[in-house]
Amino acid sequence: MTEHTFKRFEDELNTLKEKVLSMGGLVEKAVKRSMNSLIKQDAVRAHKVIERDHAINALEVEIDDMTRTLLALRQPAASDLRFIMTTIKVVTDLERMGDLAESIANHMLKTQEAPLTQVASLQTLSDLVLAQTALALDAFARSDLDAAMTCIESDNKIDELYRTMQREYLTYMMEDPRQITAGLIATNIGRNLERIGDHAVNVAKMVIYMVKGKDIRHTDPQTAAALISGTAQK
Amino acid sequence: MTSNLIENTLTVRDLKLWYGNFEALHGINLDIQKGKVTAFIGPSGCGKSTFLRCINRMNDRIAGCRVEGALLLNGQDIYDPSVDVVQLRSYIGMVFQKPNPFPKSIYENVAYAPRIHGMVKDGPEMDELVETALKRAGIWEEVKDKLQQPGTALSGGQQQRLCIARTIAVKPKVILMDEPCSALDPIATAKIEELMDELKEEYTIVIVTHNMQQAARVSDYTAYFYLGDLIEFSDTHTIFTAPANQKTEDYITGRFG
Repeated sequence: MTEHTFKRFEDELNTLKEKVLSMGGLVEKAVKRSMNSLIKQDAVRAHKVIERDHAINALEVEIDDMTRTLLALRQPAASDLRFIMTTIKVVTDLERMGDLAESIANHMLKTQEAPLTQVASLQTLSDLVLAQTALALDAFARSDLDAAMTCIESDNKIDELYRTMQREYLTYMMEDPRQITAGLIATNIGRNLERIGDHAVNVAKMVIYMVKGKDIRHTDPQTAAALISGTAQK
Repeated sequence: MTSNLIENTLTVRDLKLWYGNFEALHGINLDIQKGKVTAFIGPSGCGKSTFLRCINRMNDRIAGCRVEGALLLNGQDIYDPSVDVVQLRSYIGMVFQKPNPFPKSIYENVAYAPRIHGMVKDGPEMDELVETALKRAGIWEEVKDKLQQPGTALSGGQQQRLCIARTIAVKPKVILMDEPCSALDPIATAKIEELMDELKEEYTIVIVTHNMQQAARVSDYTAYFYLGDLIEFSDTHTIFTAPANQKTEDYITGRFG
């Protein structure tokens, strides 16, 4: 896209984007670390995730302040407006994702009294969710519609895996009531992962709005596809 | 009339305009809806004011200016030789960038045109017409006690509203506004914008503005002109949130040039 006539506005928009992406990077790191702490039974790592959540929160506040300023001083329109709107929404999702990673770390600490013996399906789930999160952030970084669509589509698989995982832990709990505490922790972690994925989907949907100007939230897949291809009227 | 029936006051088909050999408008096609505010935006020299002035034949007086194509007001071609231009301009009024009241009293500013058009006689009827027009223009309360004072003694914003009162005194169908607020302060601007919102119930309004936020605030439809072409014409919401054309996008977001 051509450069802005107001160089400073252009710089501000770029800085905003960089901030959102570094917030996304922190979120990815938090999710990875919380899951590693679980898999490696490393409480120190879990504590680090909990301690570092404030950095994500601080970025949320900082980015909100930047968007507020841009709205008030620049009166953005068209693609600039859509970018800033997207930023406002995306930041909320990222902050929640950070909280969910923190929650996983807290659950990990509880497993020290009730060890989790089976973590394979949680690990698979977290791999998928991390890939989905990376797609959402890539989509935002590059205004990449394909990445956004892949991110949204991958959610079905994650939901399915989450349900399978729930059944799996339910089976363990029924077989051996001593596994109930650990089983509940595991299903809670699974739930947190699944929710992280949902937030990644929200980000991807906002990216579609940012690029195409079409709001596909709360529409069925057919309507969404028609909106994106431009064959449907809003 | 049902509210969902679209009624076009002005229909423009393949309108071209030349200043001598220079083609300033390259075939404009556009429908302007009744009872709506339509804004023309675009960089200087894009043809938006030229086009606005076509609508009440203000370009007729410019030597070497030639117009081709159709410009229909309620189905009638305004460039038809049988059209009386003076009469036309009472149907299609105009408000200019700089407030330009006549060097006459506030009362006479409003009464002048209805008198020469023979609309009403001087006396109570004219008094009523002047009062109504000043009220519609939202300036009555400020001037009712000094109707005999010169219009030029008013503030800029008041003068502009006086000019709007003068325009609506002859009961036009369309009001053309050529940057009506560019010489006014923000409060006076807000009053004019508020007025446009009220007036559009009775009149079709077309406004040329350099202030994009103003176009976004006041208009229902926005047309973007560039180098004598109509680049994009759509509802204002679409133009300012998700324009279809990259050129519009660049202009709206300040990436122009």
